[in-house]
Amino acid sequence: MINWIWICMAAIGIIYAMFSGNMEAVNEAIFTSAAQAVTLAIGLISILVFWLGMMRIAEEAGILRGLARLFRPIVTRIFPEIPKDHPALGYILSNLTANMFGLGNAATPLGIKAMEEMKKLNNNSDTASRSMITFLILNTTGLTLIPTTVIGIRMQYESASPTQIVGVTLLVTAIGTIAGLIIDRIFYYKSTWRKS
Amino acid sequence: MMGFISLISIWMIPCFILIIMVAASIRKLPAYDLFVEGGKEGVKTAVSLLPFLVGMITAISILRSSGALDAFIELLAPVLEFIGFPAEVLPLALIRPISGTAALGMTTELIATYGPDSFIGTLASVMQGSTDTTLYVLTIYFGAIGIKKIRYALQAGLLADLIAILAAVFLVTMMFG
Repeated sequence: MINWIWICMAAIGIIYAMFSGNMEAVNEAIFTSAAQAVTLAIGLISILVFWLGMMRIAEEAGILRGLARLFRPIVTRIFPEIPKDHPALGYILSNLTANMFGLGNAATPLGIKAMEEMKKLNNNSDTASRSMITFLILNTTGLTLIPTTVIGIRMQYESASPTQIVGVTLLVTAIGTIAGLIIDRIFYYKSTWRKS
Repeated sequence: MMGFISLISIWMIPCFILIIMVAASIRKLPAYDLFVEGGKEGVKTAVSLLPFLVGMITAISILRSSGALDAFIELLAPVLEFIGFPAEVLPLALIRPISGTAALGMTTELIATYGPDSFIGTLASVMQGSTDTTLYVLTIYFGAIGIKKIRYALQAGLLADLIAILAAVFLVTMMFG
């Protein structure tokens, strides 16, 4: 799908330029924007190195594990179908805390482990279980505490206050997550209601 | 309330760093060594982002400089303005659940075009930071464990994205509009 979107953006732009007379601007944009993207990616190194460096210390210091313990009572309530001492819960908690701190690379394998455990709980069926969908919703609503990449981009374009957006982003994430959980419940009850 | 939110924006990161430092010294960890070791991964992440950003930002720039993007926005603006939704961020809102790197490219392009502290630049930043790529997460997780019937997962995920996007528009308009 993304391949088609990408082709369409470039192709529509070039065809439109044929008629709007902006071909010169398009020609220039191709090369300046490619150079701009490289500068940006290189510039992002600073914040990514700093943040991932800090997170390694946080991990070793047990901050992530501590947070996982803190969230356990809430998470058991969000996943009523998973037994309280089941390993799936541990993976879910580690995945969620890793996501919160923007450790996407660490979060994904943990998330897959969590899904595997939930599949076992669901008799290895190829149908998504209620817990799997809830977990998916928690991942797609993006529970991020600090949006490091966005802050990095804002820094690159000389924002007067790159972190200005942190508070609002946090609020929007919280609203999205709560809304996601409510929607998930509504869909779940609707699906059981239809069956009975 | 608004003052509190901007206070969080400024205090959160330094305070978090302080907590990490205190925790590291209590546990007697080699903090600096760990920092350097973890930081190496940051270089890798930024470099692996590079081709994605070049591809996406170039395609979006072609669309923008040809005038096609502005024509599209102008076409939709009257309808969207009616509900208070800025048409400039509609392409980002549409692509956010589909592709993370495309959305990142669009956010960058919006910030570059309108300025990071403009209303549009701020809104794009918040949208990019507050949700994840629903379609990608769904494909990776359900694909990895071989789920074929996804039931209501996609509808629920996209509906949650819609609410997050509307919340972003509403809150950013209130605070920075």
